[in-house]
Amino acid sequence: MCLALPARVISIDDGEMAVVALEGIKKRISLALVEDVSVGDYVLVHVGYALHKVSEEEAERTLALMSKAGVLSAEIEEIEGAEA
Amino acid sequence: MKYIDEFRSHDLAEKLATAITHEAATGRDYHLMEFCGGHTHAIFRYGVQDLMPPNVHFVHGPGCPVCVLPVRRLDDAVELAERHGVILCTYGDMMRVPGTKQRSLIRAKADGADIRMVYSTQDALKIARDNPDREVVFFAIGFETTTPPTAVAIVQAQREGITNFSVFCNHVLTPAAIQHILQSPEVRELGTVTIDGFLGPSHVSSVIGSQPYEFFAEEFQKPVVIAGFEPLDVMQSTLMLLRQINEQRHEVENEYTRVVKPEGNLKAQALVGDVFELRSEFEWRGLGTVPYSALKIRESYAAFDAEKRFALSEKVSREVKSCECPAILRGAKKPTDCKLFGTVCTPDNPMGSCMVSSEGACAAYWTYGRFRTNADGTAATKEAAE
Repeated sequence: MCLALPARVISIDDGEMAVVALEGIKKRISLALVEDVSVGDYVLVHVGYALHKVSEEEAERTLALMSKAGVLSAEIEEIEGAEA
Repeated sequence: MKYIDEFRSHDLAEKLATAITHEAATGRDYHLMEFCGGHTHAIFRYGVQDLMPPNVHFVHGPGCPVCVLPVRRLDDAVELAERHGVILCTYGDMMRVPGTKQRSLIRAKADGADIRMVYSTQDALKIARDNPDREVVFFAIGFETTTPPTAVAIVQAQREGITNFSVFCNHVLTPAAIQHILQSPEVRELGTVTIDGFLGPSHVSSVIGSQPYEFFAEEFQKPVVIAGFEPLDVMQSTLMLLRQINEQRHEVENEYTRVVKPEGNLKAQALVGDVFELRSEFEWRGLGTVPYSALKIRESYAAFDAEKRFALSEKVSREVKSCECPAILRGAKKPTDCKLFGTVCTPDNPMGSCMVSSEGACAAYWTYGRFRTNADGTAATKEAAE
């Protein structure tokens, strides 16, 4: 019920409605709950409404944070390898 | 798919798993409640559980709106369709949930009631526009994620002068439910449910922001990490929770920053505030009566309130006997503790809501087959061993 998917806005008509694309599927959704959305933006789509814009910058930051855990785990493996 | 594939990366998952194992190597157990059914499914579907060290436990929470709706409200919806002859519009998730005497919306539909599955409140409005001589009721359920779209529909109906449209409102609130769990006897007195921290809701938080969790993180000294629904989000958030627990911190942290802002979606909040107000109490399946945990339609929009438009009868509603959904929703039992699970109760013939909903814990256990084997490969149930 709370599931929502990030989809790309491909066109906006009369301000409140937009067409989004998700893996070749096109869907008409409402923009009534968001502001400042432009064509090309990714929005989180839930029951036919865009709930929020997806921040590209923050997505990259999160992935970088996850990779950091990777760096950490490589260090751990190195330490454990050295001990063994 | 952008923003999905990269958050399911195998390599990053392995690295995060190593970091989690390292962080959890303290000799103690960690019990983390994932509030949302969406997280429960991510944990099972992607095998996140199998990547965890044995001392990290996920406790499944009540964050499945279909599951927590009490049978009485479902019986009311069936009554609206059958006795009042309305066109009842519902999200698909509700169709097969068994009500009293296992009567579901889909059975009522089979018997001739005009019940229609909709994807969006916009579809329900369209049905109302197309059938001006019929009463159309939208069966509104869901947490804060699903409430704003209902608010939009009500405002739009008023603006367009659609008079044959109303809403049977069952919207519920996440923070009230989390607080209720933390105050429950199982957590406070009996100690049968241990919760060391919470994986906080993804999309609920995109609407309400991270601020509403601050109170109980502080009051109950439990850390909260708002987590996205992809498997790497769950793992990164688990790592962040373990760190907080190890450092004896109890803060609200946000892993899902690509969508969740501290203040949330202010436009959606304003709309919800305009259309709805708090109910002084609401019954939840599993949790019982929870104060200030649900919304009702404000007096200024009373014309669109199905509870005011139709006189619903007093009725005695009953759950299926021996269905453990209520205890499962409180985190007190696992689906495999229920004797109906996988025997009488399956997704094809569900006895309880947790097996019907795509976010229910029983459906997650069944669909991804996790009940069939233990982590060490031995059969988990007698049936699987045979």
